[in-house]
Amino acid sequence: MWTTRVRAPGARAVAPYLLVAPFFLVFGAFGVFPLVRTAWVSVHRWHLIGGDEGFRGLDNFRHLLGDPLFYNALGNTVSIFLLATVPQLALALCIATLLARRRPAWQVLVLVPNVVPVVAVALVFGQLLGRDYGIVNFLLGQVGVGPISWQAETWAAHLGVAVMVMWRWTGYTALLYLAAMRSVPRELYEAAALDGAGGWQRFRVVTLPGIRPTVLFTVVASAIGGVQMFTEPQLFDGSGLAGAGGSDRQFQTVAMYLYEVGFGRFDAGYAAAMTWVLFLFCAAFAATAVVLVRRLVSR
Amino acid sequence: MTVRVRHLAALAALVVFSLFPLYSTVVVASHDNADLARATPPLLPGGRLLDHVSELLDRVDLGQAMVNSAVIAGTVAVANALFCTVAGFAFARLRFRGREALFAVVLGSAMVPTQLGIVPVFMVVDALGWYDTFAAAIVPGLVSAFGVFWMRQACLEAVSDELVDAAKVDGCSLARVYWHVALPALRGPAAVLAMLSFATSWNEFSWPLVALDPNDTPTAQVVLSRLAGGYYTDYPLVLTGVLVSIVPVLLLFVLFARKVVAVLARGAAETGR
Repeated sequence: MWTTRVRAPGARAVAPYLLVAPFFLVFGAFGVFPLVRTAWVSVHRWHLIGGDEGFRGLDNFRHLLGDPLFYNALGNTVSIFLLATVPQLALALCIATLLARRRPAWQVLVLVPNVVPVVAVALVFGQLLGRDYGIVNFLLGQVGVGPISWQAETWAAHLGVAVMVMWRWTGYTALLYLAAMRSVPRELYEAAALDGAGGWQRFRVVTLPGIRPTVLFTVVASAIGGVQMFTEPQLFDGSGLAGAGGSDRQFQTVAMYLYEVGFGRFDAGYAAAMTWVLFLFCAAFAATAVVLVRRLVSR
Repeated sequence: MTVRVRHLAALAALVVFSLFPLYSTVVVASHDNADLARATPPLLPGGRLLDHVSELLDRVDLGQAMVNSAVIAGTVAVANALFCTVAGFAFARLRFRGREALFAVVLGSAMVPTQLGIVPVFMVVDALGWYDTFAAAIVPGLVSAFGVFWMRQACLEAVSDELVDAAKVDGCSLARVYWHVALPALRGPAAVLAMLSFATSWNEFSWPLVALDPNDTPTAQVVLSRLAGGYYTDYPLVLTGVLVSIVPVLLLFVLFARKVVAVLARGAAETGR
């Protein structure tokens, strides 16, 4: 009806497209085009600056699937992701329940970590987790543990990076859960209470299924964030080895390896192949998460 | 302990967990290395913060880098507020062929892990001749899928079809409908979006790291990361840099905090349906 009554049909018909055009121009130029271009680059030997050095077919992919450094980075990424995400989501659920009947000021407080730049988070935690003068080792020392060399030991480094991610995102996730919980119809709780369900049962039978889409969203979003994890581990080791993820690459993530290959070795062809494999991982993970969360929280 | 006391204790622990790293940043930044090396590290702020600030500004050009960051993040913030509101308005209140399909593309694009594309995006920017220019840092972030999604939502809630139709019957042009009807109602959400875009852009690290020459016009985050590099990290100095560089985002956050929480809550209610 909007378009039928206009005096200058040409201009009015075009206007909506003009209004949404900036998004599609930017997404096309810096989202779709690079992705398609990457597929082309990935089957070539390609120097980042120098350009095309000849067709190589699937050589880059074959090389990647036999590259121990890639598997090392992939393993580290999955390990850090699990260490950061599983406790984070569980903790966020608890915090959301805690905040449910509180004033908004509390919600503002738990959101503070989220606005602190990742670089700052990494530098601050690097100091807190310092081997000799860090406060964490000092406190552990008071109870007779340590000192732990947070950057040098694999599990400790993974835990350290995971804690940074948790610190930054738990409050944010909790707020998302809180909002979702508020949209669960009150009658469902009353019905469950009438059926004699206790607090925990009400949570399991009413709340969890009610916020399932949000849980799914946070799982997929943290997975995508996890695959891209770069700044925290990159800056975790301040000792001049930054970029390799420790002396033995014990906390090098896939995004760091991608950066090393692309901007350290300028091997754009190989980096392009890795980019595509990681995109496929993300898609596969998102699909699996959808199925799993449906199953787990359906009843 | 009663349930109430336990809840309060848990909340207190939560707040300590949220704020302790920031507090300890102030503590470390206001002490000297010698104080930190004692058997019992300092737990209260010391008196050296201002000395460290002036030493920091002598040693690295954090001031210039913060100006660069502010120019980049400010442009990104204004552009997002503008482009996302007009796109959101179009998706919410205008009827045009392909609207549903185009909006599906917007939503789908939010699922593409953009940072993985850092090598191909760099190749695009380099081919455009934008390496080490503000354009390289700004243009890819001009408009975001989440912003368009949010502003469409805000428009659906705040600007009714009836209102738009009435304005149209009165003979308003599309531009005037947007300016006089939609924009006043969207001012609040657009301001929050601008603030969030500013913070996101200000916090960005990996893209400016590759798109800008680190020796030429880096952003605050890149300068900070370089301050910490090398074989020995001077933590009081580094954390002084952290403090100085987070002041703008913390200020913005304090100003907008309540509204940001409200926006987050609404976004979650949407994904939760």
